[in-house]
Amino acid sequence: MQHFSAFALARNALTGHRGWQKQWRSPEPQSEYDAVIVGGGGHGLAAAFHLARDFGMNRIAVLEKGWLGGGNTGRNTTIIRSNYLFQESSSLYDHAVKRWETLSQTLNYNVMFSQRGVMMLAHTVHDVQVFQRHVYANRLNGVDNEWLSAEAAKEFCPPLRISPGMRYPVLGAALQRRAGTARHDAVAWGYARAADAMGVDIIQNCAVTGILRDAGGAVAGVETTRGRIATKKIGVSAAGSTSLVMGMAGLRMPLESYPLQALVSEPVKPVFPCVVMSNTIHAYISQSDKGEMVIGAGTDAYISYSQRGALHVTTHTLEAICELFPDFRRLRMLRNWGGIVDVTPDRSPIIAKTPIPGLYVNCGWGTGGFKATPGSGHLFAYTIAKDEPHPINAPFTIERFRDGVMIDEAAAAAVAH
Amino acid sequence: MLLIPCPYCGARPELEFSYGGEAGIARPENPAALDDAAWSRFLYERTNPRGPHDERWRHTHGCGRFFNARRNTLTDLFVISWKVGEAVP
Repeated sequence: MQHFSAFALARNALTGHRGWQKQWRSPEPQSEYDAVIVGGGGHGLAAAFHLARDFGMNRIAVLEKGWLGGGNTGRNTTIIRSNYLFQESSSLYDHAVKRWETLSQTLNYNVMFSQRGVMMLAHTVHDVQVFQRHVYANRLNGVDNEWLSAEAAKEFCPPLRISPGMRYPVLGAALQRRAGTARHDAVAWGYARAADAMGVDIIQNCAVTGILRDAGGAVAGVETTRGRIATKKIGVSAAGSTSLVMGMAGLRMPLESYPLQALVSEPVKPVFPCVVMSNTIHAYISQSDKGEMVIGAGTDAYISYSQRGALHVTTHTLEAICELFPDFRRLRMLRNWGGIVDVTPDRSPIIAKTPIPGLYVNCGWGTGGFKATPGSGHLFAYTIAKDEPHPINAPFTIERFRDGVMIDEAAAAAVAH
Repeated sequence: MLLIPCPYCGARPELEFSYGGEAGIARPENPAALDDAAWSRFLYERTNPRGPHDERWRHTHGCGRFFNARRNTLTDLFVISWKVGEAVP
């Protein structure tokens, strides 16, 4: 792997930038691997990276039906935070935030992680009570979170309107200062480059069409559009398509796939210093380093794989944005798009073994999987390599729905998030 | 926005409707007789297909009635809709 540094940049500048190499290979699939990861998004690439680096597995393939990071990794609004209510969740997401803090150094790739703070607005008395409860619960669990008055919130984010005459006035906010954003494409590319350097075969345009089983029922390999690949371990990390892949092994999942939309404005000069979220009126906004306002909407009502959603859903979000930030009323929107998110009944993910020996699944991240990428990749690799979950992901099983031990972030946030 | 064929009122915009999830999932006659695995299959496991999907809708801001519809989840186009109680086409 060509090491990236200021020195390398200067040296290549002197030679007209003709010395840069491709960042990863495009190998032909081999006939057999120790482990196959299905899905070349951030989570799958991170899992492959950790399998190779931390768990001594060196024959690993990542199979991606499209292109790297072309699914939800490249479609999300890049918000990173760990201020979830329940201890299981805050441990899981903070495992990721800690890794985000050193990820650029780990990968030798600038993922542009920016701890600019995520501020969650409270608009009702109920919001205030719930968010203050979140603040205390987070602190007990070792996760930073603090309560701001409406005036303090405006000081932290000057474009915010806190007029009491608003339909949903801002009564205060919960602020996690360690939270922030990162460059989503760089996360996929950085993991791909680092994994490839350790010998992981990243195979794009290769859709899995079947899961092969041996006489005892254990995993024996995968059928793909580029031929049969033998393996004893399959890690499915396929986001919105998880139900389809697991269906190839005869498993029905507690998942439904919904469109989730986002949009960006025309680029403007830096005006927005942090991330602001409002669960109550469905607005999620930050400014990218290019200057675009990055805005997240809610999910559509119905399941779909169409990777687009209805205009009234984004309109609803833009109305909320214009109410909160009147300065943005004349901004033009440049692009909007949809991704397909797999949602569990309790809105918490699944990182677990399955009833089929050798088949593992990382799914159910719903509308907020990007933030967990470095942590989830590590935990999924641990689970695959050791055939047992890490203590952090041990509660995030499929069986929790059968056993009634759900991690009910849906109820905690009263919104898909 | 979807154009949804209500079997009572005709095609109407999605804003008039509420989505009711996968159709044809019958509540078990005697839930107390089920074990945890069977009960959780009823509550939580869904087909979630990419392609034709039978689903329930309610024309909340119209006739107010529930009905069934088949929609292709890849194209979001409706194939057919039918009233509750009618045979699945």
